[in-house]
Amino acid sequence: MRLSDQLRVAGIGIRSRRLRAALSALGIAIGTAAIVAVLGLSASSQAGLLAQIDRLGTNLLTANTGESLTGGAAQLPTAAPQRISHLPDVEQVAHVAAIDDANVYRSPLIPAVNTNALKVRAASLDLPGVLGTGVAQGRWLNAATERQPVTVLGALAARRLGIDRVHPGERIWLKNQWFYVAGILKPATLSTDIDTSVLIGYPAAEHYLGYAAIERGEAVAGPPTTVYVRARTDKVDSVRDVLARTANPESPGDVDVSRPSDALTARAAAKGAFNSLFLGLGVVALVVGAVGVANIMIISVLERRSEIGLRRALGATRGHIRTQFLSEAVMLALLGGVTGVAAGALTTAVYAGGKGWAVVVPAEAWAGGIGAAIAIGAIAGLLPALRAARLSPTEALRTL
Amino acid sequence: MIATNVLELERVTKTYGTRPPVHALRGVSFTVRSGELVAIVGPSGSGKSTLLHILGTLDRPSSGTVRIDGQDVAALSDRRLAEIRARSIGFVFQQFFLTERTTVLENVADGLPYGGAAPAERRERAAEALGRVGLRDRAGSRPSELSGGQRQRVAIARALVGRPAIVLADEPTGNLDSGTGASIIELLRELNAGGATILVITHDGDLAARFPRRLHVLDGRIVDDSAARPLEGV
Repeated sequence: MRLSDQLRVAGIGIRSRRLRAALSALGIAIGTAAIVAVLGLSASSQAGLLAQIDRLGTNLLTANTGESLTGGAAQLPTAAPQRISHLPDVEQVAHVAAIDDANVYRSPLIPAVNTNALKVRAASLDLPGVLGTGVAQGRWLNAATERQPVTVLGALAARRLGIDRVHPGERIWLKNQWFYVAGILKPATLSTDIDTSVLIGYPAAEHYLGYAAIERGEAVAGPPTTVYVRARTDKVDSVRDVLARTANPESPGDVDVSRPSDALTARAAAKGAFNSLFLGLGVVALVVGAVGVANIMIISVLERRSEIGLRRALGATRGHIRTQFLSEAVMLALLGGVTGVAAGALTTAVYAGGKGWAVVVPAEAWAGGIGAAIAIGAIAGLLPALRAARLSPTEALRTL
Repeated sequence: MIATNVLELERVTKTYGTRPPVHALRGVSFTVRSGELVAIVGPSGSGKSTLLHILGTLDRPSSGTVRIDGQDVAALSDRRLAEIRARSIGFVFQQFFLTERTTVLENVADGLPYGGAAPAERRERAAEALGRVGLRDRAGSRPSELSGGQRQRVAIARALVGRPAIVLADEPTGNLDSGTGASIIELLRELNAGGATILVITHDGDLAARFPRRLHVLDGRIVDDSAARPLEGV
């Protein structure tokens, strides 16, 4: 008997009992849909995050003052940013200096312990451009305001201080003096430190907070604690190799060089790890679906005894009968599997589309879903098919 | 044409291993030649259904030999028996066993794939078989749109479509009124006149009287074979 005939005969059972077939395939459809949607959504959210990282640029490097191993406070030389900017493949350089002994409050009445875990940082004027962020409100520092008691707040810092709008005269209490708020930054994904920072100009840091280095007997602004470097995209590795030596030629070991996009990519990969709870629920639905298919197949074999008897009389072997019922169960499960994959992919598309992510349904999700459905159909259909094949023709014909 | 033996039974017995054992057949021997039209008559419980199942290779005898188309079926595997059913035997049942899910034509062709016929050939042969029972114009109908007599004609067409050596009919008129039943018997006689070898099982003595050869079965034995009494022969 040809394969096409086997499939046609197996299909008759499903076509003639459509509602029953649909209901028994539903369990498998739900299970497959859950699994495909969970895998698809986590892959899509990961793709969304990676796309965002890509947009922000993977060519950003940072040079930090290392947490000194000798116990002494490691410092970057004040000339470090300038030296780095002379490197051939460096496009842009910006830098900030964390000022440790300065805390920020909404007003002088706030208890000193409520620091909100905010950090005051002196920033070079090109910082937002290099980080790929911008002001959400107000203005960034300029050559004039960097000398004045003026701050720009990081996105999170503004929220913690309870400032959601910038209006003239808005000020905060910074190390026992008022600083005016000029603007609020957008979130800086590549350097989340900036989000919790209160940023002021280097001259202001020197003048109002006394943050300065002594060079050749003169006080100069600085030193920076973090240098942000935009390198040419194809030369990032070579710039990275020389960055520590360039920043601090005397003790390169005191400089921590990192590439923020690497950490973000790793985090995206971790976020892509799927939600095992929902995956488990999907598996439970699949098992329930398998029981449903097995149940319906056993009933079907009982109902169709005379058909089995007739087919045996017409020349069907036990093998033909077995194949017929096994294929019917596999078709039923496959029907559920394909519907489930479609539903899961649709869910992913709708949700990811809403979030603006790329729609990713991993091959292992849809192929695995369909493969699992076939396996479930084969397992669920095996016992009923064996029972149908074992039925003796005389017994099958005796019914009615 | 030399009439060959289509069916040969030698001392066939069938005992069901129940407690107490049931001796359904107690040594049955007879021969059916190609082109014969035979009635097997007996009351219910006489063993004629068991006999039909053994003739149709749906069941195996406890002892004795069964030859179909010259082939001893005792030693054959399930697969080979199925092949014999597909190629050499056509069945007609009291309950018709037609499926409502497909057309009359597809019902007739239903068994052909088991014999390995190609789709185009199957339609052609099914249409031809429907023509032989006078229902060629109902090929596209559903069985439920037909009368009881027409349904049994479809079932007969299905039995004929594989060009079997022998057609076994089990109470073919049992579910029909007498007029319709008579027309079915008439059809079987016509088909027999056209060359088909047909064996009909019935409990109805009047109906059997219209057949040229009658085998009377009682308590698992053949008590009378009209072919063995040449004086009464046609």
